[in-house]
Amino acid sequence: MTLPQLFFLYFAVSMTGLSLLVVTRRNPVHSVLWMLVLFLHIAALYLFLNAEFLAAIQIIVYAGAILVLFLFVIMLLNLRREETERMFQDQWPVGAGIGVVLAVFFVVIVGKIAVLAPLGEYSIDAVQAEGHIMSIGKVLYTKFLLPFEIASLILLVAIIGAVVLAKKRI
Amino acid sequence: MVPLSWYILLSAVMFCIGIFGFLARRNLIIIFISIELMLNSVNISLVAFSHYLQSLRGQVLVFFIITVAAAEAAIGLAILIAYYKNNPTIKVDEINLLKG
Amino acid sequence: MSVSAMLLVFIKTILVVSVFLIHVMYVQYFERKVIGHMQSRMGPMRVGWHGLLQPIADSIKLFFKEDIIPSAADRPIFYIAPIIGVIAGVSSVAVIPLWENFSIANLNVGILYILALSSIASYSVILGGWASNSKYSFLGGLRSSAQVISYEIAMGLSLVGVMMMAGSANLNDIVKAQANGWFIVPQIIAFVVFFISALAETNRVPFDLPEAETELVSGFATEYSGMRWALFFMAEYAGMFVMSGLAATCFLGGWSGPQIPFMGTMSGLIWFLMKLYMFIFIYFWIRATLPRYRYDQLMGLGWKIFIPLALLNIVITGLVKIL
Repeated sequence: MTLPQLFFLYFAVSMTGLSLLVVTRRNPVHSVLWMLVLFLHIAALYLFLNAEFLAAIQIIVYAGAILVLFLFVIMLLNLRREETERMFQDQWPVGAGIGVVLAVFFVVIVGKIAVLAPLGEYSIDAVQAEGHIMSIGKVLYTKFLLPFEIASLILLVAIIGAVVLAKKRI
Repeated sequence: MVPLSWYILLSAVMFCIGIFGFLARRNLIIIFISIELMLNSVNISLVAFSHYLQSLRGQVLVFFIITVAAAEAAIGLAILIAYYKNNPTIKVDEINLLKG
Repeated sequence: MSVSAMLLVFIKTILVVSVFLIHVMYVQYFERKVIGHMQSRMGPMRVGWHGLLQPIADSIKLFFKEDIIPSAADRPIFYIAPIIGVIAGVSSVAVIPLWENFSIANLNVGILYILALSSIASYSVILGGWASNSKYSFLGGLRSSAQVISYEIAMGLSLVGVMMMAGSANLNDIVKAQANGWFIVPQIIAFVVFFISALAETNRVPFDLPEAETELVSGFATEYSGMRWALFFMAEYAGMFVMSGLAATCFLGGWSGPQIPFMGTMSGLIWFLMKLYMFIFIYFWIRATLPRYRYDQLMGLGWKIFIPLALLNIVITGLVKIL
């Protein structure tokens, strides 16, 4: 087994374990913390795949903004009472069953995945020569200009929605 | 060299754990976190595909997914707080009234 | 990467981190002296010549103090919270170029790396406040989370102008791009926004609301004692060094400066440290001069003035670059 494969194996095992920890913690704050560790692992995996800009964005946006927002809301709501009650809904076996069936389904079809030609123009060397930020910026501002603008509109809607919802009286 | 299918397998397993959390937990905040978990597992597979197909399309999609996730978290948590003000519970099986 | 190259990086890291920690230890002496003289006092005088051994005495005292843990605290998180801050602060130093072509890691996303680590560092304050299970700590933690999220946006946006001028997010390239003039002149708006946001980001006066002594006892650190409290303290000063280093690198040309005779490449390090300590002196100067902000004023300043200013700066920089 080569060194990259060993690295990947570590990431696979620990990320699966961390995901399980995230969904099974009783205290939401602990859940969020395991999620933080999981995000750091995901960012490292992105670095492994030569996506350094996405790794930085993953930590700045997900860990730095979204998870802090979650923590903020958990702390704002007083949840001490909820911690003593049962964690799962009555129909949790159905959820577990759907999860397992989907997992088996994925495992069966994943073996058939193969990389076929034609490959794109952004090979690792090409991206490294130009810089990852520059190449992703070029694609984002030329081919994907319209979706990019729509994304900004989504953010605007989210800002207005959050402000309206946070008002005292709706 | 790590085969592409390993990444997809990891992503699929994480996605299924996210689905389990989404369907089984009672706490609304953990349900939100499970959604983030599913989005992240999809991101992993997209970045892996983009790396192996040598195209940046997958990474641009990840960029948009992160944008939508941020918007979703902001709106979802705002709705949660607005609901909590009227009815102080965040258990999904206790949130069963249409009129708030 | 060969074994010898890895060993070299390892030695570099150990050297830089230990020198950095000595600086962090002694900057506290510097602060007490500066503030003392600004208030017509002498500052620490007893331990050693003019109190020079004071930081060592303080560290020995803190190290041997009892480590008290509140009975209702969330123990694992209480243990881990201060460590997150120190690690985030110290590892930020890795990408800052200290002299010509020397930084531990020459990352292409250097600026984003520092922003990411500073957002991780905010967790230490929030979690420390939450895990202590005390009202003062909790309020301090909540204040800090809101403050850090708000000001991080302004700080990131102000650095976008610098990245646009240099055409790179690599800090080495940014220093080289300032060969024909420091960015503080064309990016003066960004500089003002960055510096004030950095004050808020590191929880310094006048934005030290998370640990406002007069209202919250000691904010998030109320329940901490001994070595763990010292770690919070170290994290704050490490953050101050990183922000000053980033300001010196992005706006004042980092290690660039006229060659100092007989110093060789070390002249770059001397210039860098001079710029860095100028910023640190300004931090202390502000602490001795300004009163604390009110919380609503702080949030208003961040969202209504700094973020629009930073966006305006990006637009102006873009227009100038096109023309």
